[in-house]
Amino acid sequence: MSPNDPLMTSLALDVAHLFAGGLVVVSFMLLYQDRMTAVINIFALHALVVSLSVAWQAAIQDAPHLYITAAIALVVKAVVIPLALHRIVMRLGIHRTIEPVVGTGLTMLAGIGLVALSIMVMLPITQQAGTLAREDLSFALSVILLGLLLMISRRNAVSQVIGFMSIENGLILAATAAKGMPLVVEISVAFSILVALIVIGIFLFRIRERFETVDIHLLHEHRGEQP
Amino acid sequence: MLDALVQLVEMLVVLLFAPLLVGYVRKVKALLVGRRGPPLLQPYRDLLRLLRKEVVLAHSASWVFRVTPYLVFAATWVAAALVPTFATGLLFSYAADMIAIVALLGSARFMLALAGLDVGTSFGGIGSSREMMIASLAEPAMLMVVFTLSLLAGSTQLSSIAAFMQGDVGLRVSLALALLALGMVAIAENGRIPVDNPATHLELTMVHEAMILEYSGRHLAMIELASHIKLLLYLSIIGCVFAPWHIAVSGQGSAAYLTGLVVYVGKLAAGGFLLAVFETAIAKMRVFRYSDFLGAALMLGLLATLLRFVSRVT
Amino acid sequence: MALQILLWCAAALLGAGAIALYRAASTLVYGIALAVTLLALAVGGAALLAPDSLGGALTLPVGLPWLGAHFRLDALAAFFILVVNLGGATASLFGLGYGSHEEAPGRVLPFFPAFLAGMNLVVLAADAFTFLFTWEFMSLCSWALVMAHHRRPGNAAAGYVYLLMASLGTLALVLAFGLLAGPSGGYAFDAIRQTPPGSAAASAAVLVLALIGAGSKAGLVPLHAWLPLAHPAAPSHVSALMSGVMTKVAVYGFVRIMFDLAGPPSWWWGALVPLLGGLTAVMGVLYALMEHDLKRLLAYHTVENIGIIFIGLGLALAFEANAMPAAAALALTAALLHVFNHSVFKSLLFYGAGAVLGATGERDMERLGGLIHRMPYTAFAFLVGCAAISALPPFNGFVSEWLTFQAILLSPTLPQWLLKFLVPAVGAMLAMSAALAAACFVKAFGITFLGRARSLRALEAVETDRWSLAAMFALAALCLLAGILPGYFIDALAPAIHGLTGANLPRQEQLDWLTIVPIEQSRSSYNGLLLFLFIALAAGLGAEVIHRFASAALRRSAAWDCGFPDASPATQYTAGSFSQPIRRVFGTVVFRAAETVDMPPPGDVRPARLHVRLRDVLWETLYLPLSQVVAYGADRLNGLQFLTIRGYLTLVFGALVALLMVLSIWQ
Repeated sequence: MSPNDPLMTSLALDVAHLFAGGLVVVSFMLLYQDRMTAVINIFALHALVVSLSVAWQAAIQDAPHLYITAAIALVVKAVVIPLALHRIVMRLGIHRTIEPVVGTGLTMLAGIGLVALSIMVMLPITQQAGTLAREDLSFALSVILLGLLLMISRRNAVSQVIGFMSIENGLILAATAAKGMPLVVEISVAFSILVALIVIGIFLFRIRERFETVDIHLLHEHRGEQP
Repeated sequence: MLDALVQLVEMLVVLLFAPLLVGYVRKVKALLVGRRGPPLLQPYRDLLRLLRKEVVLAHSASWVFRVTPYLVFAATWVAAALVPTFATGLLFSYAADMIAIVALLGSARFMLALAGLDVGTSFGGIGSSREMMIASLAEPAMLMVVFTLSLLAGSTQLSSIAAFMQGDVGLRVSLALALLALGMVAIAENGRIPVDNPATHLELTMVHEAMILEYSGRHLAMIELASHIKLLLYLSIIGCVFAPWHIAVSGQGSAAYLTGLVVYVGKLAAGGFLLAVFETAIAKMRVFRYSDFLGAALMLGLLATLLRFVSRVT
Repeated sequence: MALQILLWCAAALLGAGAIALYRAASTLVYGIALAVTLLALAVGGAALLAPDSLGGALTLPVGLPWLGAHFRLDALAAFFILVVNLGGATASLFGLGYGSHEEAPGRVLPFFPAFLAGMNLVVLAADAFTFLFTWEFMSLCSWALVMAHHRRPGNAAAGYVYLLMASLGTLALVLAFGLLAGPSGGYAFDAIRQTPPGSAAASAAVLVLALIGAGSKAGLVPLHAWLPLAHPAAPSHVSALMSGVMTKVAVYGFVRIMFDLAGPPSWWWGALVPLLGGLTAVMGVLYALMEHDLKRLLAYHTVENIGIIFIGLGLALAFEANAMPAAAALALTAALLHVFNHSVFKSLLFYGAGAVLGATGERDMERLGGLIHRMPYTAFAFLVGCAAISALPPFNGFVSEWLTFQAILLSPTLPQWLLKFLVPAVGAMLAMSAALAAACFVKAFGITFLGRARSLRALEAVETDRWSLAAMFALAALCLLAGILPGYFIDALAPAIHGLTGANLPRQEQLDWLTIVPIEQSRSSYNGLLLFLFIALAAGLGAEVIHRFASAALRRSAAWDCGFPDASPATQYTAGSFSQPIRRVFGTVVFRAAETVDMPPPGDVRPARLHVRLRDVLWETLYLPLSQVVAYGADRLNGLQFLTIRGYLTLVFGALVALLMVLSIWQ
C-alpha cells in the first residue's frame, strides 16, 4: 500500500494519533508513580513510545531520516539512560521514595488542567492545518507541560532529570508530527548529548537526592499521616 | 416473540454463567502460580452448600440485614440482564441506559453498606466506609466513561452504543482512555487485586468481605451470587463496547444468535484470563493509595470526555 | 379565580398567625394551616394541569400608592405554589404531632402560618415592591422561628448570622430590581419585561446581584454559611420548611429574574452559573460528610442539592444564549423537577430527624444508634428518604439527576470554547457529588438507626406519634411515585417550561409503559416503573426459589467477635470513623483536616485521644476578614458618638459645604 492510498492514510493517521495520545497517558503515569525505580522504568516506556511514534511517522511520511531519530530515542533514551539512572540510584543510595510537593491527586488534577490549556491554546491557532495534525500538536504541548509539572512537583534531582527528558520527547513528537520540519535529526542528537552530559554530571559530582534539606520528619509523612 | 425469548435467554445466561466465570478465573490464577486449583464448577458447589446451611443472625441484626441479600441480588441481576451479551436490541433495553445501570449497581452497594453497619461491629464499619470511599471515586469515573461512549455513539443506551461500535469507528484516543479507565473501575468495583483481595479475611485486605462478614447460609449465597454476576456484568460491558464483534442484532435469525453466544463465551474466557494474569502479576496496594488509583481513573475518564467535547476526531 | 382563592388562603394563614398571638392553641393553628395549605395545593395543582386557566392577574390597592400590589398566577408560579404548599401541608401535619411537645409554643405558633403565607405571596407577586416586601416578610418570620429557642447555645449567633445574610440578600435584590426597572422606573413585572436592561454591563450586574440575593437565600457557596447554622436551630418542621421550601422560593426568585425579566442571556452566564453550582454541590456534600450533627448534615446537604439545581439552571442559560430552546427546556425541566424532588425528600428527612430528636433528645449521631429497633416506622420512612436523595433508582432523585446528565450530554454542540471545557468538568463534579451523597446518607442512616445504641437515651427511645408518621409516609410514597411515574410530572411542568424557554420536551404520557424520553427514543430513555417491577419480581423470584429449595433454618446468636467478646457499643464505627477514609482523601485539601493522636505511654492508664481538626476555609478567608474590616470601620465610626457640641456643629457645617461644592462642580 502506498502512503497515498486513502484507506491506508486514515488508518495510518489514526495510529499516529493513538501514539500521541499514548504518550500523554504515559506522561500521566510518570506523574502517578511514587517509587524511583518505577519512574525510571516508565520513562523507558515513554522513550519507547516516542521512538515507535517517530518510526511510524517516518514510514507514513516517507522520510527515512526520521528513522535515525527513532533509533537514537530507542537506544539512548529507552535503554542506555534508564540503565545508567538505575545504577546511579543504587550507587549513590538515593532515597527510593519520591516525595511530591502536593499530593498525587492534586498533581494529576493540575495535569488535566494543563492538557485542557494546551488544547485551548493549540486548536484555535492552527486553523489551517489538518485536524489530526492540530490535535497531535496539542498532545505534544501537553507532554511538554506535563514534563515541566513533573519537574516542579518533585523534590528529587533524578525525577527532575526525567522530567526534562520527557519535555524533550514532547518536542520530538511535535517536530515529527508536523511534516517537513528541518534539522529534526540534528536537534534530537544535540538534545541527547545534553541529557547524557547532565546524567554524567550527576554521576561525577554526586549530586545527592534533593536540593532541599532532608528531615527525618519527612519520612513520617509517608506512613500516610499528614502533619 | 423472538425478542422476548432472547431477553429471557440473556437473563438466564447471566445468572448461570457467572459462577462458572469466577471458577474459571480462580483456576487460571492457581495454574499461573503452579497450583492445581479448585475445580471449575466449585463455585456452584459452594453456592449449593451455602443454601443448605442454617442462617445465623446476630442479636442486633434488623430487617435491613435480612432484606438486603434479596435486594442486592435483584438489582445486580436486573442490571446485568440489560447489558447486551450475545445480542443487542433486548426487549427491555429501553428501560435502563448505562447511567441507570451504574445507578442500579449503586443501589446494591448502598444496601450492602447499610447491612455492613447493621450489626454494629467494627468489621462491618470498616467494609462499609472503605466501600463508600471507593465508590465516591469509582462511580464518577464510570460516569465519565459513560459520557465518553455516549458522546461518541449519540446515545446512552447500551444497545445503541454496541451497535455503533460494531460500525466503522477507527482507533480513537478517547476510546483508549475510556477503556483504561473502565478497566480500572471494573477492578475496583469488583474488589479484585490491587484494590481488594476476594480470597482473604484479613482486616488489612477486606472491603467487600468485611461488609458481608456477618452473613451466612442462604443470605451469603445470594450475596456471593450477586458479586459473581457483577463481575460478569463488567466483563460483558467491556466486551460489548470494546469488542463488539458478532453480537447479534435483532432480526438476524437464530444462527446469528448462536454464533453470538459462542463468541460471547470466548470473550468471557479471554477477559477472565487477562484478569487472572493481571491479578497474579501485581500486588495489592495500601488502602490510602486507592484514592490515587481511582483518582487516576477519574482523570483518564475526564480527559476522554474532554477530548470528546473539544475535538471532532478523537 | 384561582388567584383569588390563593390570596384568600394567604390571608387565612395570616389570620391563623394572628389568632396564635392570643391563644397558643397548637392543634387549632396547625389544623387551620393544614386545611388552608391543602386547599392551596389543590388549587395550584389544578391550575398547573389546566394551563388555560392561568394568567389571571390582580392588583390590590395596598403598598405604594402609585403602584399598588400586583399579583399574578402564571405556570411557573403555579408550580412553585404546588411545591410551597406541599411542604407547608406536610409541615402542618407533622406539627400537629410534634407541636404538642413544643416548649415555647407562643414563640413558634404565630410565625409558622405567617411564614407559609409569606412564601405563598412571594411566588404570586408580580411587581418588584410586593416581591421584596413579601421576601423580607418571609425572612423575618423565619428569623423569628430560628430564634424561638434562643436560650439554647448557638441559636442566638445563628439568628444573628441569618439576619445579616438575609439583609445582604435583600439589598442585592433591591439593587437588581432597580437596575431592571431602569431609568423609567416601572416596577411592575409587566413593565420590566417590556424594557430589558440596555447594556451588557447592566445585564451582568443583574446576574451578579441576583446570584448574591437569591443565591444567598438558596445557599450557593460561598454565601451558604448561614444555612447550616440557622436551619438546625429552628424547630424540626420549620427546618424542613426552610431547607425544603424556602430555598426553593429563592430558586424561584432567581428563575423569575434571570429567565423572565432580565432579557436574553449572554453565553458567559451559562459558564458562571454551572461553575458555581458544581462547586456548591461538591463543597456542600463534603461539608455534610464531616458533620455528625444530624440536622446540620441535612442542612449542608441542602446546599449540595441547590448546587445541582443551579447546574441545571446554568445549562439552561447557556442553551438559551446559543438559541437552542429544546436543550434549554431539558435543562430547565431537570432543574425544576429537582426542585420538586428535593423539597419532598429533604422535608421527609428533616421530619425523621425531628422525630429522632423528639424521641431521644439528641441530634448528635455519635450518641444514637439502634433506633431501627425502637422506631421502626420512622426508620423505614427515613430509609426511603435516604435512598431517594442518593439518586438511587427507582426513586425520584434519580430521575432529575438523570435528566441533568442528559442535558450535560447535549452540551458538545455549544460553540463557545470555555463552555466546552467547563461543562465536562461540571459533569464530573455532579457525578462525584452524587456518589459522595450516597456515602453521606449511608452514614446518616447507618449510624443513627442501625447498629447498637450508643447512649441510654437511644436505648429508650419511643416511636413518634401518628401525625408525624403520616406526614413522613405521605412524602415517602410521593418519592416512590414520582420515581415510578416521572412522565406525568414532566408533562405537568411543561407549561412552565414553555413559558420560560418557548420549547417543550416531547409529551411523555403516550409512551409505552410510562417511559420517559427527554430528547428522542433512539437517544435515551428511562422507565422507572419497569425497573421497579423488575427489581420486585427478581427479589420475589429469588426469595421464592430460596424458600422452596434452601434450608429455612435460622438461629439468633452473638455477632462475630474475632475472639474478643465486646459488649460495649463503643467499639462500633462512629460517624467520624465512617467518614475517615473520605476525610483522608478529600479533607486534607478542602478542610486542611488534621488528625492528632494523643497516645499515653505504656503504664499510663488515661485513655488515648484522637483529635480531628477541620477548618472551614471559606469562613476563614471570606467571612472572618470581612467581619474584621467591618468591625474596624464600625469602631472608628463609633468615635462620632462622643463628639462635643462644637464637633457636631463642625460636622453639619462640613456636610453643607461639601454638598454646595458638589452642586457647583456638577453644574
